[in-house]
Amino acid sequence: MTERRTATTAPYTIGTPPFRPGEAADFGGSFKEQPEDLNRPDPTTCTSDDTTSHARGLVRVLDDNGEAKGEWNPNLDKATMIEGLEYMMRLRIFDDRMIKMQRTGKLSFYMRSFGEEAIAIAQTMALKEQDWIFPSYRQPGAQFVRGRDMVSMICHCIGNTEDNVRGRQMPVHYTYKEGRFISISSPVGTQFSQAVGVAMASAYQQKDEACITWLGDGTSAQGDYHYALNFASTFKPPVILNVVNNQWAISTHANLATGGKTFAERGLAYDIPSFRVDGNDFLALYSITQWARQRTEAGLGPTHIEIYTYRAGAHSSSDDPSAYRPNDEATFWPGGDPIQRLKDHLVSIEVWDEEKHSALAQKIDDDVMTAYKEACEFGDLASGPYPPASTIFTEVYETVPWHIQEQREELGK
Amino acid sequence: MVDMNMIKSLNSALSISLKEDPNVVIFGEDVGFFGGVFRVTEGLQDEYGAHRVFDSPLAEGGIAAIAMGMGLNGLRPVAEIQFADYIFPAYDQIVNEIAKVRHRSGGEFTAPLTFRTPAGGGIKGGHHHSQSPEAQFTHTPGLKVVYCSNPYNAKGLLLSAIECNDPVIFFEPKRCYRGPFYGDPHNVPTWSGHPDADVPEGHYTVPLEQARIVREGNACTVIAYGTMVHVAEQAIKDSGMDCELIDLQTLVPWDRDTVVNSIKKTGRCVIVHEAPKTSGFGAEMSASIQERCFYHLEAPIQRVTGWDTPFPHTTEWDYMPSPQRIVDAINKTQVE
Repeated sequence: MTERRTATTAPYTIGTPPFRPGEAADFGGSFKEQPEDLNRPDPTTCTSDDTTSHARGLVRVLDDNGEAKGEWNPNLDKATMIEGLEYMMRLRIFDDRMIKMQRTGKLSFYMRSFGEEAIAIAQTMALKEQDWIFPSYRQPGAQFVRGRDMVSMICHCIGNTEDNVRGRQMPVHYTYKEGRFISISSPVGTQFSQAVGVAMASAYQQKDEACITWLGDGTSAQGDYHYALNFASTFKPPVILNVVNNQWAISTHANLATGGKTFAERGLAYDIPSFRVDGNDFLALYSITQWARQRTEAGLGPTHIEIYTYRAGAHSSSDDPSAYRPNDEATFWPGGDPIQRLKDHLVSIEVWDEEKHSALAQKIDDDVMTAYKEACEFGDLASGPYPPASTIFTEVYETVPWHIQEQREELGK
Repeated sequence: MVDMNMIKSLNSALSISLKEDPNVVIFGEDVGFFGGVFRVTEGLQDEYGAHRVFDSPLAEGGIAAIAMGMGLNGLRPVAEIQFADYIFPAYDQIVNEIAKVRHRSGGEFTAPLTFRTPAGGGIKGGHHHSQSPEAQFTHTPGLKVVYCSNPYNAKGLLLSAIECNDPVIFFEPKRCYRGPFYGDPHNVPTWSGHPDADVPEGHYTVPLEQARIVREGNACTVIAYGTMVHVAEQAIKDSGMDCELIDLQTLVPWDRDTVVNSIKKTGRCVIVHEAPKTSGFGAEMSASIQERCFYHLEAPIQRVTGWDTPFPHTTEWDYMPSPQRIVDAINKTQVE
């Protein structure tokens, strides 16, 4: 962890980020915490007290040389790891294509997952296919794991006639029920306590299901975060509660979001096992989620996870981080880049090489381009066609009431 | 006088308040170092210090409650809710606490504070960056509700709001931050050179509770606020009729006399707002107008509003009242 800094301590304390524009970003090199520091408690007997050091430490598997070590190593087979690498590469290339399209007006707005690709992908892969995904806006990668077609995702982003949410939502606010990926909402954090309700419904129906949800370090200030922890602690439904601490909530650094030390340790006060995990370590993320899933299977309920990472890109296409943080800060992040780290590991165990990597990158690039062209055939935001204006009036209620029907007729479209 | 867009004029009002009143503090999400996502608070932290202009944790309920606490104890907080759509976690604090504390304490405690919040559509913001929730607050006794429309009234109204001893919800039409919007998304001018962008650098106020007659006329009274003032202005031009245009400016308490006097003159009325029709502020005005102008009305009052649906993303121009819809409504009032 970086040292907490404050801008003023009088008359009250105002936190400040570790570095501002013009300053040299120096996080002190690599993480002090090492993969073998922390044990993997038995998920079927573990108490929250057993996770005190995990909530203040950092669960890692991949060390600084790309070697997988320690009790948390999930020992994944090579095919699973390569699959994870492919999804992460696909998400990054997909994001880059969408940002280019946004700049040409083909979509109004975009949010990349840059630097955070491992999170939703590794975690969704560690779950069962019947488990519920209740994402915020930076977990679109879960949809790749659940098999969503890129054409369908792009059609949503560019708001064309094939957008499954009919042009009603801003880009990246995906809905994908087939993949049990619940509709994304802009107001931050609302999904966190809703996810506890989803998990309670699974328990009520005696289904072997869990629900995973995420929010950001900034959003953990919202009441919804605290409601979720308290309800989860009280009812102990099968829910996995993740705080993605990517350091930045638009311009607001995590140092201004809380006066506490780690986000993870808040869970201990609710008697929920709580872990802090290296968010750029694919294997550690996979492993911690597998642990949490095993805990739900044992009927012991929630796990609280702080995912320690860095938002390498802008908050959104409307944001310019150079106004509030050093431009190159991401390159100094001790956790490095999640794709590079998994790649290095695969190379080190001799199942991957540069040639395979570039061939895969090229193939994905071609696939994304093909999907993009196919999606644009159904229209885009710059030139249409859009979903018909009649879609404004439908699905507000189950059936259209008279007053909305009258308004639809008044619009005459 | 200086040519200012609405962002600069609001910034100027905030700067003057900070300078003149040591009890004014400003906080909200991203308002400190960064100066706000719309740049309204740019430079203020540098000038007045991090304890007076600061970033808060992301929790609108917390922001509202902390503002109330500060107000109870002698400060005059001006908090920003980043988008009006995000004000609802603060709704309990605003409706049940802030609005009622003067009354519930027999006048012993008050919370003078201002919540500034960008509202309204026209930026492709979809459901959650486009709403205009003024009616949710006009229905709450104890709050004053203001909706500015141009750089001049934005600054003068904001200074009045901050200096007011009652809590004020201050809506800023985000579509008009950098220029007036006449209903054509392909032709959006800046404020540069507009008469209402000619703003005094120093302190002045535009009184709360007073409407502004934008244009005098006899054929029909058109009432609007926020972005819709400019859309209505365009519609009146397009209609070729001699309509009177009233910019309401303050919604609670609203300037009923100005409206009633106008309608007694014109005998016809069109009310325009972006928010949905059902229980919108237009319904309140319409009811009051018929109570007072029944025998002067030559035609039914027309309302041109957003639809009773969530605000859409790609089809937002079919949702927001257009000049054409307002022209149609004006024409409907012209029956003999």
